Amino acid sequence: MIDIVINIVLLAFLAITAIAIVRMTNLFAIIMLFGIFSFLSAGLFVVMDAVDVAFTEAAVGAGISTVLMIATIALTKVQKEKHTGKHRPWLPLAVVIITGATLVYGTLDIPAFGDPEAPAQKHVAPYYIKQSIPDTGVPNVVTAVLASYRGFDTLGEVVVVFTAGIAVLLLIGGKRTKQSAIKKEREKDDT
Amino acid sequence: MDFIFSHYNYWITIFLMMVGFYIVISRGNLIKKIIGLNIFQVSAFLLYISIGAVQGGAAPIITEGVELYSNPLPHVLILTAIVVGVATTALALALVVRIKESYGTIEEDEIHEHDHSL
Repeated sequence: MIDIVINIVLLAFLAITAIAIVRMTNLFAIIMLFGIFSFLSAGLFVVMDAVDVAFTEAAVGAGISTVLMIATIALTKVQKEKHTGKHRPWLPLAVVIITGATLVYGTLDIPAFGDPEAPAQKHVAPYYIKQSIPDTGVPNVVTAVLASYRGFDTLGEVVVVFTAGIAVLLLIGGKRTKQSAIKKEREKDDT
Repeated sequence: MDFIFSHYNYWITIFLMMVGFYIVISRGNLIKKIIGLNIFQVSAFLLYISIGAVQGGAAPIITEGVELYSNPLPHVLILTAIVVGVATTALALALVVRIKESYGTIEEDEIHEHDHSL
């Protein structure tokens, strides 16, 4: 019973944090709120028994993402989001409400939260839980699936991360002549 | 009442998803757009983990005397998704830094104006 209460409270906190992120314009505050958002979701993952996901989210989602975003505002030197008021919020709001209503309509047929008899719990998961010790000898089923049964998928993931790393290095690594330096050079040539 | 409690997770998840979507389509600041995308992403994670949760189940680490475990498969999928998500976020932020260097702004409408004035 207690975990249902914690679940409901954490989800409510997440919703409040998300609304605060929409309303704020100071980018530093938004990034900090996003760190809180990530950490709350990590707590929620613990409540829903996904401990491996929880510590990955806390380390990678709340930690590394936040640092990367802060580094970006440090490099771009942008403090605040400009609110021009040129965009009317009604069209995006209508799109979002219609999409949300359609998705909620879709959830009406989903089995109840935590139902042990749901189809998602009946198909391959029992096989992994039963066979992971005889097949791999690893008691943590998530690790067994990630590194053994689905090792090639994890290799693919490493390829994606590697590609993204190379792309970031090509984009902002190395020496580049600044736009302002090029302009100064041109002015020098003109005179 | 039972129905509300058994679907509360999904509805809040959809609400978060729509908040992220709203930020992406209505705000012009590129960093805020990326944060909106990240909120959308986290809500998709929550949806998967909610579907994998089993009432009264334990975390999927095999222990003697425990019979009922949560579904490990969504956990594996989301573990991969989190790491890939951070890699793509890093790439998006690098693009923002480059856009700032070339255009001098990270507001979408100012970038458009700059493009059309050429």
